[in-house]
Amino acid sequence: MPTRRDAVVRRGMRHVGRAIVEQPGMFTLALVASSLYGAMTVASAYVLGEVVDRVVLPALADGVTSTGALTLAAAAILGVAVLKILGILGRRLFAGVMSYRLQAEYRRRVTGQYLRLPLSWHQRHPTGQLLSNANSDVEAAWFFVAPLPFACGAVVMIGITVVALVATDPLLALVGMVVFPLVFVLNAVYSQAMSPRMQRAQQLRAEVSEIAHESFDAALVVKTLGREDVETRRFTGRAEELRDGLIAVGRVRGLFDPLMEALPNLGTLAVLLIGATRVAEGATDAGDLVSIAYLFTLLALPIRAIGWVLADLPRALAGFDRVTPVLDATGETPHGAQAAVTGAAGAGLGLRGVDYGFEGAARATLSGVTFDVAPGSTVAVVGPTGSGKSTLAGLLVRLVDPATGEVLLDGVDLRALREGEVSTQAAFVPQGTFLFDDTVRGNVTLGADLPDEQVWAALATAAADDFVRRLPDGLDTRVGERGATLSGGQRQRVALARAVVRRPRLLVLDDATSAVDPAVEARILDALRGAERPSTVVVVAYRQATIALADEVVWLVGGRVLARGSHEQLLAEVPGYAALVRAYAQTEVAA
Amino acid sequence: MSTAATALDERHREEGAFATLRRGLAMMPEFRRGLPVTFALALAATAGRVVVPIAVQQVIDRGLAGPGGPDAEFVRTVVLVCAGVVLLNVLAVYRMNVRLFRTTETALAGLRTRAFRHVHDLSVLHQQGQRRGSLVSRVTSDVDQLSTFMQWGGVLGVISLGQLLVATVVMAVYSWQLTLVVLACFLPLAAAVRYLAARLAVAYGVVRERVGDVLAAVSEAVVGAPTVRAYGIRERTAARLDRAIQRHYRAQVKAQQVTAAVFVSGEFVAAVANVAVVVAGVLLGLDGDITAGTLVAFLFLVTLFVAPVQIATEVLNEGQNAIAGFRRVLDVLETAPDVRDPAVAGPGEARQLPHAPLGVRFEHVSFRYAPGARPALEDVDLEIAPRRRVAVVGETGSGKTTFAKLVTRLMDPTEGRVLLGDDDAGWVPLDRVAFASLRQRVVMVPQDGFLFDATVADNVRYGRPGTTDAEVRTALEELGLGDWVAGLPEGVATRVGQRGDSLSAGERQLVAVARAYVADPDLLVLDEATSAVDPATERRLTHALDRLTDGRTTLTIAHRLSTAERADEVLVVDAGRVVQRGTHADLVDAVGPYARLHASWRRSSAGEPAPTA
Repeated sequence: MPTRRDAVVRRGMRHVGRAIVEQPGMFTLALVASSLYGAMTVASAYVLGEVVDRVVLPALADGVTSTGALTLAAAAILGVAVLKILGILGRRLFAGVMSYRLQAEYRRRVTGQYLRLPLSWHQRHPTGQLLSNANSDVEAAWFFVAPLPFACGAVVMIGITVVALVATDPLLALVGMVVFPLVFVLNAVYSQAMSPRMQRAQQLRAEVSEIAHESFDAALVVKTLGREDVETRRFTGRAEELRDGLIAVGRVRGLFDPLMEALPNLGTLAVLLIGATRVAEGATDAGDLVSIAYLFTLLALPIRAIGWVLADLPRALAGFDRVTPVLDATGETPHGAQAAVTGAAGAGLGLRGVDYGFEGAARATLSGVTFDVAPGSTVAVVGPTGSGKSTLAGLLVRLVDPATGEVLLDGVDLRALREGEVSTQAAFVPQGTFLFDDTVRGNVTLGADLPDEQVWAALATAAADDFVRRLPDGLDTRVGERGATLSGGQRQRVALARAVVRRPRLLVLDDATSAVDPAVEARILDALRGAERPSTVVVVAYRQATIALADEVVWLVGGRVLARGSHEQLLAEVPGYAALVRAYAQTEVAA
Repeated sequence: MSTAATALDERHREEGAFATLRRGLAMMPEFRRGLPVTFALALAATAGRVVVPIAVQQVIDRGLAGPGGPDAEFVRTVVLVCAGVVLLNVLAVYRMNVRLFRTTETALAGLRTRAFRHVHDLSVLHQQGQRRGSLVSRVTSDVDQLSTFMQWGGVLGVISLGQLLVATVVMAVYSWQLTLVVLACFLPLAAAVRYLAARLAVAYGVVRERVGDVLAAVSEAVVGAPTVRAYGIRERTAARLDRAIQRHYRAQVKAQQVTAAVFVSGEFVAAVANVAVVVAGVLLGLDGDITAGTLVAFLFLVTLFVAPVQIATEVLNEGQNAIAGFRRVLDVLETAPDVRDPAVAGPGEARQLPHAPLGVRFEHVSFRYAPGARPALEDVDLEIAPRRRVAVVGETGSGKTTFAKLVTRLMDPTEGRVLLGDDDAGWVPLDRVAFASLRQRVVMVPQDGFLFDATVADNVRYGRPGTTDAEVRTALEELGLGDWVAGLPEGVATRVGQRGDSLSAGERQLVAVARAYVADPDLLVLDEATSAVDPATERRLTHALDRLTDGRTTLTIAHRLSTAERADEVLVVDAGRVVQRGTHADLVDAVGPYARLHASWRRSSAGEPAPTA
């Protein structure tokens, strides 16, 4: 498949170009340093040859030397070495900075997109994929940058070497012309042989890990059914495949590593063989022979750097190809210019012929949903699984926009409001509670400057004050990643306090009280409704106790509002509603 | 926390690398196989590295500056012999590498699977769910790290060490004076390597920590997407991300600085050594102690010292991480399980459960999760007759789950004992029952009824391996789930996704019930799920559970009082003690905790707000 390989090379070169265009300054610095390193590597061999020729050989032949000659030799060797070291330092630091900057920059761009793009975009992409786009894919995309200047420097070095070789002795140059390309070709073959094997090993590693995860998560089932042996066999099977995969990787490495090392050694020997004849013929002198032989031992590594870059390019392209769609994704949520009504009591809500469908779904999630919620009232949305309740809740706080129809807050279409207006008016507690890796206070205030009394009051309303007081650092206790140090019920209460503390004019709870005692739930709703400025509350609910608190119930089935009215009214008039509510009551958690 | 788990945390943190290696080698018999041959090959392999300097010396001293002028014949011979040695060396290195990879990977695969099996035997796995992730890394990343280290660092380390040794020997043969000069230059560097390796370890430790921070921050933007939008905190989240990314960047640059320092120190010392060799060599040469070829050969040999220094630093750095991982794996392997299969622990003592319906007897059973802790169960003394359906109820933390764990022998009581059997067939102490017999006759359906990423049939079959698809279908029919499974896209062949994600919570429970049904136990322990299930599935589940428990002794950890209402008998647990026992009808009107539980259930389902007390 030469054409495909050509395409990869072409695209790879474009990708290299992209890296250089993004970080031209750092690349230039790294390239200069690499070239210095390259030139000094050649120079060090030359200096050594000269020292042998002009200092060592005469001294040993004649039995005399001068302090001046020795000092000069020492100064030359050290001077070249210091310059070479400066080259290495510059190359490593600048190349590192370049690669890390690209990583950081793209990570910022990708996560910026995550924050910018609408929730509907998030819903279309699996979480795991988005996480690896921002992490491993970005890293893979720019990994090759670190050895890139080294490789470019190596090109410079080879250029100088070839010129120097030809100038010194064309016949010896011939050896270089054979050996350098051979090193390069061998390297290419090596990468070709390695990359599928490495990929397979990586894949098997992931599979072994998956089995371990699954099996340990299933510990109770495994143990209580006595299936430890079955699980061990399952794990062993994959672990042995991984072992064979790693041995296969080792076999290739095991062969190529010594070959790669032998090649410059054979080159040096060839130089000696031909060189000795040339010295005998008087075509060249011993010093030149030494410096060329020395050069061969020094050049092997830089040449391999070119191989590292080339070998890594396919991986880089694959990573970059996964990142590009995120960067190119459009769908910014447009905002209007209107300010929301403030000062009034609860917000008034209105839905007008709202339709919503998930991309690729056969039927609409919501269709023709129309109803009003009076300011300060409480509405319960009830319906069987999959009826569109959560989608409806998300529409009310503009997590998603309706396909057709409109959602009105105090008579204004949510889309006409300025950015940030909806979140100052409305608070939303989603089904899956999400806490940030922050303190309890930070999770409640979310950065807003609120006095502690207000935070404590909100926690009290959410019945979270008792347990927070018992935490080691109270409000300042860090809750861990996604609130890992708290129990499910505790997390939910903190999330409720987060919503309550804002004194929102509209509160939307999407089944956000499932892990909270009904009494606590009632207290929260009471606190919101009994306040001086009662909030409007929309609650997706299962519990009869919660539903009974609502002024009105919206009965949602298959994305349509089939009935509205008081709980008693619906119980009496809508058989489906009565059946569902009773069924939930049967399953009610009692203890 | 069990005592074993504590030991897992605190064991020899201060153990040295060599002690860990010794401990590890004792546990990896595969590793020692053929090791002498490998080391012999390694020694042969390093010989190839000094061939070129020797050739240079020979060519200069005897080929070019020989007594009879340049000797082309001699040069040809030397070069050919050396080329032969180089090629042989390639072969030796290849053989050594392959042997090394094979033995280490085989040994590590063995270590991995033994650790995997052992983790399943440890109670930490089910007692402390939050530690599962770290146990997974014991059999994955910890071993992977060791393997990577062996493949890259280990082999390089062995070769580098050999290279240093052989180069030193060759140098000593040429000239002991110059050898001392070179060693004097490199010895301080060898000391610096330890220091630099430690710096490197710290720097990369920080990088790893920062990577974790970035991962956490990114996951906030992704997993917390609805919350971020609902509260309009995009700026704040972006700022946190930016900070995490910036800190990671800075740590990377810092680590790169240390790495660069390590790299150039070797180069610098090599230059100093070259100068020293030239100066000392010329001075020695004046006295005729040294030839030009030897001097040049030394300059070549010095380059052999540079790479090992750079490699050694990285090997030391990565080696420390690998050893730490190794230590963690070994610690897991050396942790004794709290509960052991009597068939393994003392085969003579192991007994089978009688082939009769099983009753349960608790004799003054107490249990504490840690010595000195409040007992989770205290002096429980009771008997449950075979074939009774018993509901265990109580507040959260009352001890009802502990009760279930003791009956299934996930743990052993701190005091007293649990027996299974009946008066006719006899009672067998639970800790004497061979696991094979116990797990076959006593089955627990845990709360979340874990499903594997496989088909419905595979998941049901997990209860009894070898069950055919047709038998699975029959079982589902018998449980009244025929219509449900017919509604799945591919019937019993429908894949359930990771952890059963493509099914609803209720449907996952249906599969778990079917799994217990095909296992056909005599004693069932059901830990009821607390999550709300949609009514249609709930009806199916109730029906299926009735069929499953029919004719079997059943202990249900009940979270719903509807379950208690249907049970033959109710046990009310409060603060670790059984405080009430009787039928629902008896208990509901009696004064006591059951009446209270029942009242609160009635309240929450009757539609009246509970009092705010």
